[in-house]
Amino acid sequence: MSLSRREFIGIGGAAVAGMALVPGLRLVELARARSPEEAATRLQRWGLLVDIGKCHDCNACVTACHEENGVTSHGRPATDAQWIRKVELKDKLTGYVETLPVMCQHCAEPPCVDVCPTGASFKRIDGIVLVDKHICIGCRYCMMACPYKARSFVHEKTTNQKPHAPRGMGTVESCTLCVHRVDAGRIPACVEACTKDGNKAMVFGDLKDPNSEINKQLASAPTTQLRPDLNLNTGVRYRGV
Amino acid sequence: MRRNIKHILAASLAVLATALLTTAMVFAAETSGARPAFGPTVKTYKGDKCVEDTDYMRRNHMKVILHQRDETMHRGIRTQKHSLKNCVDCHADPKTNSVLGKDGFCESCHVYTSVSIDCFTCHTAAPEKNGQPPKAADPAGLKEKMRTSAVMGTINGNQP
Repeated sequence: MSLSRREFIGIGGAAVAGMALVPGLRLVELARARSPEEAATRLQRWGLLVDIGKCHDCNACVTACHEENGVTSHGRPATDAQWIRKVELKDKLTGYVETLPVMCQHCAEPPCVDVCPTGASFKRIDGIVLVDKHICIGCRYCMMACPYKARSFVHEKTTNQKPHAPRGMGTVESCTLCVHRVDAGRIPACVEACTKDGNKAMVFGDLKDPNSEINKQLASAPTTQLRPDLNLNTGVRYRGV
Repeated sequence: MRRNIKHILAASLAVLATALLTTAMVFAAETSGARPAFGPTVKTYKGDKCVEDTDYMRRNHMKVILHQRDETMHRGIRTQKHSLKNCVDCHADPKTNSVLGKDGFCESCHVYTSVSIDCFTCHTAAPEKNGQPPKAADPAGLKEKMRTSAVMGTINGNQP
């Protein structure tokens, strides 16, 4: 199909007029990224889908996460912070081993938020569960409450933090779903690394958008939440566990 | 008796002269760009002016960043203007790559006024790497401004 110059100008003009006449009202979302001055809304709920069938012996997501957020090791695995870890599941009858990444599951009903005495552990309106370290007193109730052991306490002084990911001794921290990236319209570092260097086992997207890739995949084949018996309605779902 | 008055007069003149000389020396030290004998070193390395009036920022910078912190943390509003990141990007010393240290923008003043500064136990005191201006753009350091005397005036009690 080819457009004449006149048609092209006409369509372009109508589009510009349409945007100018009804500011804030759009029939089609033009872009996924919010502008920096716009707050997060309940129109989204961010989620992850991990396909265990594709996830193999690879650590790309863990490395990328810790690199992105400046989570460094002191060489003391018992107390080092971890935002995401690879868990190995072994079928004792057959000997089959599968691995899966486990991080904060970004529950709709997060137990860590229920138990927090200061309100530091909170769920953002778009479903991302975070720790406000400004008001965290380091009591670690949330770590006890989390059924996924997703949170870590920072035991030692931190240095060389990333500007977008402050970390400090005496506070609790966990996966932020790379909230600084999500706010800028990008995908989390683990998903990016899995797609680029890993086995393309992770999909990130909006659980409230019926046309999103993650929702299409969730609708097309069986998936599960970890510990579905707890009724936490997690934002991170798994296939093939 | 008359002699005594003469003595007192001479002594007070000497004291006055010494005081004047000392003041002149301090001023000379400041205008020549050397570090003054006391007080914070407040320098700006990037840009011509702050996001708000300097007077306003001296009194209210903590309120500004506290407000922005809650907006960003809880609502996801990430405007640059009042963010701590923006403070650090402009005020970090290119030599030390930090707002901390003896002559650091934040620390020198906070030490002088004896107010503890908690931001940098969690936040980095270094600017974002890609946010740094190229060094070649400002070879003579012309944009670097020393505002030591102005700030000291405020701290010493000349509040309007």
